[in-house]
Amino acid sequence: MVRDLLIRGMLAGLVAGLLAFGVAKVFGEPQVDRAIAFEEQHAQAETAAHQRDQAATARQESAAAHEHGAEEEGLVSRKVQSTLGLLTAVIVYGAAMGGLFALAFASLYGRVGEVGPRLLALLLAVAPFAAIYFVPSLKYPANPPAVGDGATIGYRTGLFFLMMLISLGALVFAVAMGRRLAERHGGLNGTLAGAGLFIAIIAIAQLVLPAIDEVPADFPALVLWKFRMASLGLQALMWASLGLLFGLLAERRLKAQDGFAQRSLRSP
Amino acid sequence: MAHAVTAPVSRPAAIPVRELLPWLVFGGLLMLLALYFVGAEQGATAIFSGMYVHEFTHDGRHLLGFPCH
Repeated sequence: MVRDLLIRGMLAGLVAGLLAFGVAKVFGEPQVDRAIAFEEQHAQAETAAHQRDQAATARQESAAAHEHGAEEEGLVSRKVQSTLGLLTAVIVYGAAMGGLFALAFASLYGRVGEVGPRLLALLLAVAPFAAIYFVPSLKYPANPPAVGDGATIGYRTGLFFLMMLISLGALVFAVAMGRRLAERHGGLNGTLAGAGLFIAIIAIAQLVLPAIDEVPADFPALVLWKFRMASLGLQALMWASLGLLFGLLAERRLKAQDGFAQRSLRSP
Repeated sequence: MAHAVTAPVSRPAAIPVRELLPWLVFGGLLMLLALYFVGAEQGATAIFSGMYVHEFTHDGRHLLGFPCH
């Protein structure tokens, strides 16, 4: 049974990844290209300034700088990065998240009250979208190329994953508390209390964690906004389609099993 | 037995922990490894040297929201 659910989760994730690739390609790539153009413009301006400083050796230095730029691009061309590379990254991300999603579903199904497979799958899709993408991105949003200092990558990666862990932990804690309160004070009150608890923990964490401010002063605001909206859109579509599709697939599989009433006889 | 077949599916049957556990451990580990390679390899930390994985997944990393470089 777990095997069947895992396969369905990864399949649903693969399809979700394909859809997300569409969003990334149509809405995201133009912004990535603009950001890279901005980056190159800046690099050229810097080289030019450098040249003026050292007029005598300018020609040799400029040649060297150009070679360096070409070398950086040469490893994987922009064309491959924006097509095959992007597709691979998004699909592997989708399939892996789909697999984890299926494992969470298999663990929780039948243990969280009388929730059918499709509703459970939807709720389970909203949770990670919020906890591992949306909430961390409120503090540390997605950034296009040219935004972010290469020297601080370790620091920024650490903070990003720390924020992810905090919000995932806060979500699990808030849901558990909310369910307990719901038993005593009714479903709506329990849900509201759980939601309030989650928001409170996140607000405190995001207040305490250090800010990262590495957007170049003259970086076009509209490109940044559009890039972040594309990122949000692709994640939203990925989790929504993963939850919906997996719910349908899981329901069919579970129904086939329930038809025989005694699942213990059939389970491998 | 007969009523169990005709009854609406009200209480979904949970999968026993014994059956779940090996899948959780090995499946979970594999999935996390895959996510690491898409999101973080050759960024802040690296298992393989060079920048190929980083450059290949470059656009995906940026758009999925990971810190890239």
